[in-house]
Amino acid sequence: MIHVSTTVNGDAHELLCDPRETLLDALRDRLELTGAKEGCGTGDCGACTVLLDGRPVCSCLVLAAEAEGHEVRTVEGIADGEELHPLQRKFIEHAALQCGICTPGILVAAKALLERNPDPSETEVRYWLAGNLCRCTGYDKIIRAVLDAAGEMREAT
Amino acid sequence: MRYHTPSSFEDASAIAAAATGVTRFLAGGTDVLVQLRSDLVTPDDLIDIKRIAGVRDITRRDDGGWRIGAAASGVELAEHEALIAEWPGVVEALELIGSTQIQARCTLVGNLCNGSPAADSVPAMIAAGATVNVVSPEGAREIAVEDVPTGPGMTSLGPGEVVSAVNLPPRGEGGGDAYLRFIPRTEMDIAVVGAGVNLVREGETITAARVALGAVAPTVLLVEEARAALVGSTLDDSALAALAKAAEAACRPISDKRGTVEFRTHVAGVLTRRAAKIAYGRAGA
Ligand SMILES: Cc1cc2nc3c(=O)[nH]c(=O)nc-3n(C[C@H](O)[C@H](O)[C@H](O)COP(=O)(O)OP(=O)(O)OC[C@H]3O[C@@H](n4cnc5c(N)ncnc54)[C@H](O)[C@@H]3O)c2cc1C
Ligand code: FES
Ligand code: FES
Repeated sequence: MIHVSTTVNGDAHELLCDPRETLLDALRDRLELTGAKEGCGTGDCGACTVLLDGRPVCSCLVLAAEAEGHEVRTVEGIADGEELHPLQRKFIEHAALQCGICTPGILVAAKALLERNPDPSETEVRYWLAGNLCRCTGYDKIIRAVLDAAGEMREAT
Repeated sequence: MRYHTPSSFEDASAIAAAATGVTRFLAGGTDVLVQLRSDLVTPDDLIDIKRIAGVRDITRRDDGGWRIGAAASGVELAEHEALIAEWPGVVEALELIGSTQIQARCTLVGNLCNGSPAADSVPAMIAAGATVNVVSPEGAREIAVEDVPTGPGMTSLGPGEVVSAVNLPPRGEGGGDAYLRFIPRTEMDIAVVGAGVNLVREGETITAARVALGAVAPTVLLVEEARAALVGSTLDDSALAALAKAAEAACRPISDKRGTVEFRTHVAGVLTRRAAKIAYGRAGA
């Protein structure tokens, strides 16, 4: 077993992990942060998206041991206590989810986009989220929710 | 599986040289960990190079070229404006790989050493005339990128050999490069054909060129006849026709669900022509 010290959503954690254990499994099974989902396990679907040092990655393709000394952020860290993030509110308003499996990964990826680019075009949103697959919504509502949240966040600042 | 985190390439090489079972290096893990997860390859020793100091650095070399650390990711190249200004083709080729999430992890060196004939950044690196620094227990050497792949999934690197960096030559005046690939969709797919072109012009005339093709043979090809078609020309219609013919003639593709031999061969000609036009335009800008 490998000892891993890492920060998740701002909290320091010490974990003992199998060398083959993915960051996704460590988050879900050891820290009980079950927001990130396993859709494919091979980097194709994005349901497992978390931020590693501020960048979206597929946590199914990161070893838990690689998180040593790095900063991880998950969907659980997006809301401010009971107060939903504008993206989360807009996803509900636009009904941008059905089963919800893809939603945590898309929220994490979309938030990272808006932090870099507060005013993305529809095309930019679609390309940025090309690695987040959704079997239910047909994507349109997701894209509209992200663009609407971006607009609201621009007005608020 | 033993997970190693050496703090130098010499240590990484020593661990690999001493290993007796299946050994892999871990750069971005977007090939290694897919293979691990799908039970295709479970390494006995996995050697993570990312804790080596400077391994993600992109630095200007004394000769005016660039040194790109083995673990620099797609997004780190894509955010490097000076590098993009000089080698847009290399950067756009790496940027084509996967999604936003994959971009945060994938590397030039992993793309090369995984040995896929369809690896997107490899034709661009070969066209650019890139080399890699290799560290082994016997010492360090520098080899051309085209000398690394030897067949699907295979490289010329021996046990204990690890790549520490990719070197791009000085861009100089009047140079431009470009990479194009064909995929059936607009994102997230494997190249059916890839074409990298790098050239130098003096006025309207091309004075030097390198052309490389991916996914049309067991390894990425450096196409000498395509160079000959370009050099001395002004990229007029007859030069473009000769270029396409040379590219087609070099193809030794397979037929699979992504494309037939005929289709791949035809597309190789089309993409090489288009990439040459882009490179020519960039060289004149
Ligand atoms: C969803 C998805 C989409 C993808 N799309 C594309 C695509 O469009 N085009 C494409 O070309 N590829 C694609 N890939 C494949 C992969 O992302 C690329 O090949 C990538 O560049 C590999 O880099 P890496 O750093 O992740 O390599 P790793 O997985 O870390 O390593 C790959 C190989 O290189 C060896 N290696 C790594 N570092 C070194 C070193 N320093 N010295 C010697 N050997 C080393 C490893 O032992 C291993 O065999 C995709 C992968 C996924 C999961
Ligand atoms: S579970 Fe990680 S990308 Fe699908
Ligand atoms: S809501 Fe079901 S996969 Fe997206």
